[in-house]
Amino acid sequence: MFGKSKKAEALAADITDFTAVRGRSLWNDALRRFLRNKAAMASVFVLGLIVLFVLFGPLFAVWSNEEIDWVVMGDVLALGAPSLESGHYFGADDLGRDLYSRTIQATRTSLLVGLIGAGMALIVGTAWGVIAGYFGGKLDSVMMRFVDILLAIPLTLILILILVIAGRSFVTLFIALGAVSWLTMSRIVRGQTLALKTREFIEAARAGGVSETAIIFRHVLPNLMGVVIVYASLLVPEMILAESFISFLGLGISEPNTSLGRLIAEGAGTMAYGTLWQLLYPLFFYVTIIITMFFIGDGLRDALDPKDH
Amino acid sequence: MLSYVIRRLLIAVPTIMLLVIAAFFMMHVAPGGPFTSERPLPPEVLANIEARYGLDQPLWKQLWDYFTNIFLHFDFGPSFRYKDRDVNDIIAQGFPISLTYGSLAFLAASLVGITLGIAAAIRHNTWLDYFAVSLGIAAQALPNFIMGPILILTFTLWLGWLPGGGWNGGQWPYLIMPVIALSTSYMGNIARITRSSMLEVMNSNFIRTARAKGLPERAIIWRHAMKPTLLPVVSYLGPVFVYVLTGSVFVDIYFSTGGLGQSYVSSALTRDYAVLLGITILYGALTVVVNLLTDLAYAWFDPKIRY
Repeated sequence: MFGKSKKAEALAADITDFTAVRGRSLWNDALRRFLRNKAAMASVFVLGLIVLFVLFGPLFAVWSNEEIDWVVMGDVLALGAPSLESGHYFGADDLGRDLYSRTIQATRTSLLVGLIGAGMALIVGTAWGVIAGYFGGKLDSVMMRFVDILLAIPLTLILILILVIAGRSFVTLFIALGAVSWLTMSRIVRGQTLALKTREFIEAARAGGVSETAIIFRHVLPNLMGVVIVYASLLVPEMILAESFISFLGLGISEPNTSLGRLIAEGAGTMAYGTLWQLLYPLFFYVTIIITMFFIGDGLRDALDPKDH
Repeated sequence: MLSYVIRRLLIAVPTIMLLVIAAFFMMHVAPGGPFTSERPLPPEVLANIEARYGLDQPLWKQLWDYFTNIFLHFDFGPSFRYKDRDVNDIIAQGFPISLTYGSLAFLAASLVGITLGIAAAIRHNTWLDYFAVSLGIAAQALPNFIMGPILILTFTLWLGWLPGGGWNGGQWPYLIMPVIALSTSYMGNIARITRSSMLEVMNSNFIRTARAKGLPERAIIWRHAMKPTLLPVVSYLGPVFVYVLTGSVFVDIYFSTGGLGQSYVSSALTRDYAVLLGITILYGALTVVVNLLTDLAYAWFDPKIRY
């Protein structure tokens, strides 16, 4: 009938091709949505530049963050201004230290604070929320009442209290940030878990004899990931803000370590003498980080939780 | 409604009590104190000082005294640092100042923020809308401790219009910058929340019905859209109050207003635990009360809500 044409052969091959079309997972969808979000992608790019600056900036530094430029120290206003010749690209502070190296050091601290604070919230908050929500009953009400009470106290004050009592250091700072950051996260996770555990697929898993731990790890946690990631990304700028706030007050990180809040405080203290670069460079990095993190968080929310918008 | 109020009160009161107890134990776990110095005091002297402040009593007795003094006499005890002042004096001196500009900032943030948000939603996609949106984004990056230096730089150092700090009995030139510094960030957030809430409400079915009935736009906005719009805003006002409280710590220091924040930070630096805890408990209790009020306002706004 058809004869032996090339066309017919191709058609036959096409019809008998049984390789399945690879489906797109929800994560792929989310990724595509995120990549299409211009504000978020621009923010990722800018934030990436800042990270590169923190990683490779020290290679170009003439002065280290601890060296004191004795020539500049006496007359910072005249000699300490940003210039390429003196090697102080961002200028010098009132003690003659190089602001370029100090800014790199401070940006690194602030980024670390944001990541570690949000990371601790992610781990502790998720664990707390899943356990309370999944097992319910007495355990749930005790655990959540505890969260309610802690949430009733202004978190910054708890942060200050912990730092005063345990002594100010990098480790206590991270522990203190972790101690205050997980509360809201645990509430959100608990709410989601409560909604999830009545769903049919959990019931089916239980009917099939899957153990409780396996249900939590294989079925509950993966379904929580979207919400958790979105909220953690919004926590990063919040942590940076909180740390900068207490460092500004002089209660956070102490010398020789520094953070953006500390540098902004120093810059704000000396701006009356006209050494404005001390305020503006740290301020620029600070504002850029916060705004880009905000857009990235917003983009993640749009990508992972499209129902909301 | 009444049973809901009572139930919420039953949660709030123990929370404040637990706060006091937890704060008390934190004070005792803490290493060192205001009396530890590089040159140790002779043991007899130290014993005398400790007896003066009741620190030689058994722990439960100290806790009981602290607890009853606070709840029965509203007395936070003496300062460990300043021999002639007790915590109540310090609070009485600084708190009215912080409260004055704090409540002004709270009012400014809510009123301007809500108005701006509603105006932006009604004039969707106009310059006013874009202004509100950009303020909402900028608000993320302009917390009080960033606004403070920027304001002083502009209005004191460059323009010379406003005094760079001080209080002077709360005259208005001394109030402007603290209020702006404290409120900008939350103003932006409130405007953002109000705007998106209003946009959502204006697209809902009951508004379409009201339009179909031929109601004038003003009646639709005021009588039908306002209450559901303000629901998420009201629930955000509690947190805003907390932020204003903690933010006032910065404003007190940066603008030298003589408010409570200055005592708070100096007591943290000198380990004057009595003052530190007194202020923490005061702020914590205020937070609990304001959260209670927000929840009640929320329940009044939305009869569906019962926790």
